[in-house]
Amino acid sequence: MSDTPMLDQLETGPWPSFVKDLKRKAAQKPQVKDLLGQLERSYRDKITHWKHGGIVGVLGYGSGIIGRYSDLPDEFPGLEHFHTMRINHPSGWFYTTEALRMLCDIWDQYGSGVLNMHGSTGDIIFLGTTTDNLEPCFQALAHKGFDIGGSGSAMRSPSCCCGPARCEWSCYDTMEACYDITQEFQFELHRPGFPYKFKFKFSGCPNDCVAAVARADCSVIGVWKDDIRIDQAAVKAYAGGELKPKGGGAHVDKLDIQKDVVDLCPTQCMSWDGSTLKINDRECNHCMHCINLMPQALRPGTEKGATILLGSHAPILEGAQMSWVIVPFMEMEKPFDELKELGANIMEWWTENGKNRERVGELILRLGMREFCKAVGLDPVPQSIKWPRCNPFFFWHAEDFEAEAEGKTYIKL
Amino acid sequence: MAEERITDIGPPHYEQFLPPVIKANYGKWKYHEIPQPGVLKHVGESGDELYTVRCGAGRLLTTDYVREVCDIADKFCDGYVRWTSRNNIEFLTNKKENVEPLIAAIKAQGWPVGGTGHAVTSIVHTQGWIHCHTPAIDASGIVKSVMDDLFEYFGHHTLPAQVRISLACCLNMCGAVHCSDIAILGIHRTAPKIFHDKLRHLCEIPTTIASCPTGAIRPHPDKSIKSVVVNEERCMYCGNCYTMCPAMPLFDPDKGGVALLIGGKVSNAKHPPMFSRLGVPYLPNNPPRWPEVVQAIRKILTTYAENAKKWERLGEWVQRIGWNRFFEMCEIPFTFQHIDDYKWAYDTYNTSMHFKF
Ligand code: HEM
Ligand code: HEM
Ligand code: SF4
Ligand code: SF4
Ligand code: SF4
Ligand code: SF4
Repeated sequence: MSDTPMLDQLETGPWPSFVKDLKRKAAQKPQVKDLLGQLERSYRDKITHWKHGGIVGVLGYGSGIIGRYSDLPDEFPGLEHFHTMRINHPSGWFYTTEALRMLCDIWDQYGSGVLNMHGSTGDIIFLGTTTDNLEPCFQALAHKGFDIGGSGSAMRSPSCCCGPARCEWSCYDTMEACYDITQEFQFELHRPGFPYKFKFKFSGCPNDCVAAVARADCSVIGVWKDDIRIDQAAVKAYAGGELKPKGGGAHVDKLDIQKDVVDLCPTQCMSWDGSTLKINDRECNHCMHCINLMPQALRPGTEKGATILLGSHAPILEGAQMSWVIVPFMEMEKPFDELKELGANIMEWWTENGKNRERVGELILRLGMREFCKAVGLDPVPQSIKWPRCNPFFFWHAEDFEAEAEGKTYIKL
Repeated sequence: MAEERITDIGPPHYEQFLPPVIKANYGKWKYHEIPQPGVLKHVGESGDELYTVRCGAGRLLTTDYVREVCDIADKFCDGYVRWTSRNNIEFLTNKKENVEPLIAAIKAQGWPVGGTGHAVTSIVHTQGWIHCHTPAIDASGIVKSVMDDLFEYFGHHTLPAQVRISLACCLNMCGAVHCSDIAILGIHRTAPKIFHDKLRHLCEIPTTIASCPTGAIRPHPDKSIKSVVVNEERCMYCGNCYTMCPAMPLFDPDKGGVALLIGGKVSNAKHPPMFSRLGVPYLPNNPPRWPEVVQAIRKILTTYAENAKKWERLGEWVQRIGWNRFFEMCEIPFTFQHIDDYKWAYDTYNTSMHFKF
């Protein structure tokens, strides 16, 4: 009988099977055979067999390696230590096969040959090596141009959508911004000095393909300020059915411009008289719906940049948050000085004031937006709220009275 | 190693990995089409064309698998390939004549082509029992089982809109499932067991107490036992104490399991981004195929597919029909767990007569 009767059942079915893949590797690598053995045990026992934590790392870094030890080392000696290495990915996850083969060679030499393409933060995740191999593996990678990513109370590897490399909607260079910010904050990535983790994610437009709004402490989402570019001939081609909605990616073949586009515009700022599509762009809220449906007819405008949002994280500790708007529009030209400065100010304020394991979004909720904005030098803007408060418990500070004394009024008279 | 030690170089610059057609049209793409499921065609202002064939994959791979990806990319794509934010593999070529043979080569490997447009694309997921110390469930095995079952939706554009499924094997949510159309979440349902004899050696007591978001942990009342106790009624099984203190595991092979959260999204199209909400509070942890989870997801997905309007994301459909209708149509019993009793719970109570019978 097979050693892995339960896992064997995952070899069938049309979706690629990780069990098949691992079994093939197990034939070359005893530790992968042990990995399958322990996984089978977990399938039987319905609990994990990895022990908690353990600090390991490479010289000079506090980040990028997660210690991993089996709780059944006698049974599965290949897993006695089986650490994770996070390798900082190139922007947009583009590779040449030459680079990929080089990564595979290094990982076969120093590790289990098992990996994630990619982790949910974005790094290439190398799963399973021994303590002795960490430093040589790290140096072998470094000599080929790859570095390790962040972990612990440090910055995480920033990640981005493919943006201008392959998307007509990108409102700034997500790929370069991601690379440049990663380089700028190398120290913060590799040497934990924060209350907890800090993530940057870069999406080129409000479709937010890297889920920046949900997963990045600092979410940088591309947007345009001027008018949506319209090709009226192409709009007519959509109306006539020569062009297909969503470039052919939808379940219907023909667009009804009135019903599908104009009526569903959340701001009701569009109109269609059967031959011309009009948009009152001042009222458009950049939702992307119309552009998504007619990629050949509509494009974001040409005055482009990004909205900076802050604060998202998963539920632990206080419940999940999404990032909210702190800067409605920022120009995003290399060398991205404005973003770097804002980012550095945010991190400094958070590091000074945050409690252990408190994300920046949680800290702002604890201390208040006013405190935060003043510390990092931001003015209040209406774009940062959904609606104003309904309670009457608002604070006044001495500086508000001073402003009044200087003649500042709350309604323009 | 005799060579000089190198640190803090950061990732390689992406430009060296871009196909020439992308370099030439960088930032100058005009439009795109999806000529068939799994194939994207991007056209530059120059008239240049780029074809992308999207191929489904798990997140957990071996170097052998990656080398097979390289073989295909060498043969048809001049050695260029990328991964997407949802763990799909994308083969990139400017040669239209390569597209069909490329698809054939991918299929010959047994890999699926699809994941574009109104489809279910690859499931973002976490480590599970393969590599983590806190999971309530496995990750790769459930993903494989769900994708086997939903396979028809990967390669066809038959849904009212795109559907993003994600999995996280514990509340830490490395998979960031909290804004997905359908989220599979591993949950513990019992308070941590405390190993008093180990705790005093492994854990710092004040940090352990401070780690609990609900204040459920207190110092042990017997001062001679240097340990803590947990007020089980206040525990919400988040596992944060276990993260800080290894002597407080909260695994239970029989009581742990799966919750399904639904209706989230991140894109701004039409509606603003939305959190996923609790759909099914508990399903059993049933390896190797998790049939109850697979079946519940199919029921939710097909009910949505049959009833939603054009372009409506799953969460938009639920908002339109109302949650009570959703529970009724998907045949999900409504329980106390569905009513929020955590902080800000009030925000989720209905203060209007806008409900149905
Ligand atoms: C030892 C157990 C753990 C393992 C094996 C693990 C594994 C991972 C991996 C591989 C990633 C992707 C990293 C990357 O791509 O750079 C990740 C991301 C993440 N982890 Fe963990 N992790 C563990 C513990 C934790 C803990 C303790 C927390 C929170 C308290 C946590 C929360 C997260 C979150 C929120 C993300 C990022 C999600 C995103 O960016 O979308 N993980 N984890
Ligand atoms: C030029 C058109 C587009 C391009 C090049 C593009 C590119 C991408 C890519 C490469 C991914 C990762 C995909 C995957 O792993 O399967 C992605 C994901 C995503 N895209 Fe797009 N996309 C486009 C259009 C759209 C549209 C029309 C929408 C929404 C209406 C959208 C919303 C999303 C969302 C929500 C994700 C998933 C993020 C997540 O949940 O993790 N994208 N997109
Ligand atoms: S976020 Fe926008 S710019 Fe980036 S890939 Fe998605 S659709 Fe394109
Ligand atoms: S982007 Fe959205 S809000 Fe703006 S015109 Fe199009 S559908 Fe309306
Ligand atoms: S979600 Fe939880 S169990 Fe799963 S990999 Fe992350 S920390 Fe581990
Ligand atoms: S599991 Fe969470 S709620 Fe329960 S005692 Fe531990 S930290 Fe507190």
